[in-house]
Amino acid sequence: MSPLKGFFNSSVARKFWMAITGLFLITFLLVHLGVNLVMFAGKDAFNQATHFMATNPLIQVMQYVLAAGFLVHIIMGIKLTMQNKAARSVGYAYENAAANSSWSSRNMIISGGLVLVFLILHMRNFFYEMKFTENIGTYTLDGVVLHNDFLLVSSLFTTWYYVVIYVLAFIALGIHLNHGFQSAFQSAGWKNSNWKGLMQTVGTVFSAIIAIGFSAIAIYFFLNPAQ
Amino acid sequence: MSSNKDMDLLLKIWRQADANSKGELVDYNVTGISPDSSFLEMLDVLNEQLVEKGQEPVVFDHDCREGICGMCSLFINGEAHGPGDQITTCQLHMRSFNDGDTIYIEPFRATAMPVIKDLVVDRSSMDKIQQAGGYVSVNTSGNTQDANALPIPKADADAAFDAATCIGCGACIATCKNASAMLFLSAKVSQFALLPQGKVEAADRVKNMVRVMDEEGFGNCTNTGACEVECPKGISLDNIARMNREYLSASLAD
Ligand code: SF4
Ligand code: FES
Repeated sequence: MSPLKGFFNSSVARKFWMAITGLFLITFLLVHLGVNLVMFAGKDAFNQATHFMATNPLIQVMQYVLAAGFLVHIIMGIKLTMQNKAARSVGYAYENAAANSSWSSRNMIISGGLVLVFLILHMRNFFYEMKFTENIGTYTLDGVVLHNDFLLVSSLFTTWYYVVIYVLAFIALGIHLNHGFQSAFQSAGWKNSNWKGLMQTVGTVFSAIIAIGFSAIAIYFFLNPAQ
Repeated sequence: MSSNKDMDLLLKIWRQADANSKGELVDYNVTGISPDSSFLEMLDVLNEQLVEKGQEPVVFDHDCREGICGMCSLFINGEAHGPGDQITTCQLHMRSFNDGDTIYIEPFRATAMPVIKDLVVDRSSMDKIQQAGGYVSVNTSGNTQDANALPIPKADADAAFDAATCIGCGACIATCKNASAMLFLSAKVSQFALLPQGKVEAADRVKNMVRVMDEEGFGNCTNTGACEVECPKGISLDNIARMNREYLSASLAD
């Protein structure tokens, strides 16, 4: 076997890389939620926060790492699912899967797929608008030219169906994370029975914070449109 | 749930002439089943009734009929080894069912464990995994060391013993939505890796066994935990985490 082949290309390695990229994406979610929460501090504070994110060199580098993390996680997830389907070419006539496992654990490709659809929409609505267009107005505050990203975000949240899609996507993400969080530790080999309960609890609380946190911001600005 | 009254049941059983034929579920009515009989005895009664009618009996795997050999299989009403925790099919009793029930009886399903006939599947892919490293190369030529001369922490000995109770039945594979063999493999890895005799070959063992598992076409674990629930011996997911650790550090050292 060629050196390190097993570390990149084997069933155990694929799980490991799913886990590592998953945990990395989880930390990104926390940062993202943190920035979004600044919206509650008002327009200027939020625009300063996005200005920082758009100009800080470390964040700029991490953007590419993040994109790579997403790609690996998504491509490997699809590949794993295809291999796993092939591993049972003839299925059961009657399967009582609920007797031994949770829906969220069995349907990561569905919850993940929904998040991916949202992610594409999200990139178009925010990332593309913020980075590649001049559609967003600017203004100067304390000598710094700021993009009015606050206006872009808060105005999207005034559209009811966008808010519905947004909230549904974060429910799907919460379901995905509820299994994914503790699953990542198992795949990386960092789990045992002593830690199992705690990891599941932390994972569930974390999933709820992400799902409720992001949704709450959207709903708040829908109910209290910013001027 | 049950009375002492004999039961009549509708069985939906997978019949398949050989590995290359297309199989199908066939309905059978079986009568006069004692609630105290085991599931396999119920199938024996069915087969007698079929033979009397001049029909071909249903082929199924079994041997010890006391939960130790791992030969019996069957996917019963949607679960490997049927309902009930930590039992094999031969330890399942008809009192777990009710008079008039419909029972689905299917073979274990995995591309790497194809049906040979009816309910019998070819589990030699599991043997190949075992042969790839599930052993220790110790000399048994008559001058073996006294086992007690090797001090082993009690916790390790217990965990190794628990892993060693795996009977290689394949229920974990049959249950897993990905037909992954990781619980089986991890039990075989842990049984040795935890003990000093097994540590010597630990790195090669886990790498070779995982390689053969992948080659045989088993799926990738996604941590649903279904295997642990359906395993008749209660093999813990801890073993899979340990195997992942062993494997990742062994392949990093390549
Ligand atoms: S781990 Fe359990 S279910 Fe899997 S082969 Fe061993 S005894 Fe059977
Ligand atoms: S026949 Fe031996 S374990 Fe069931």
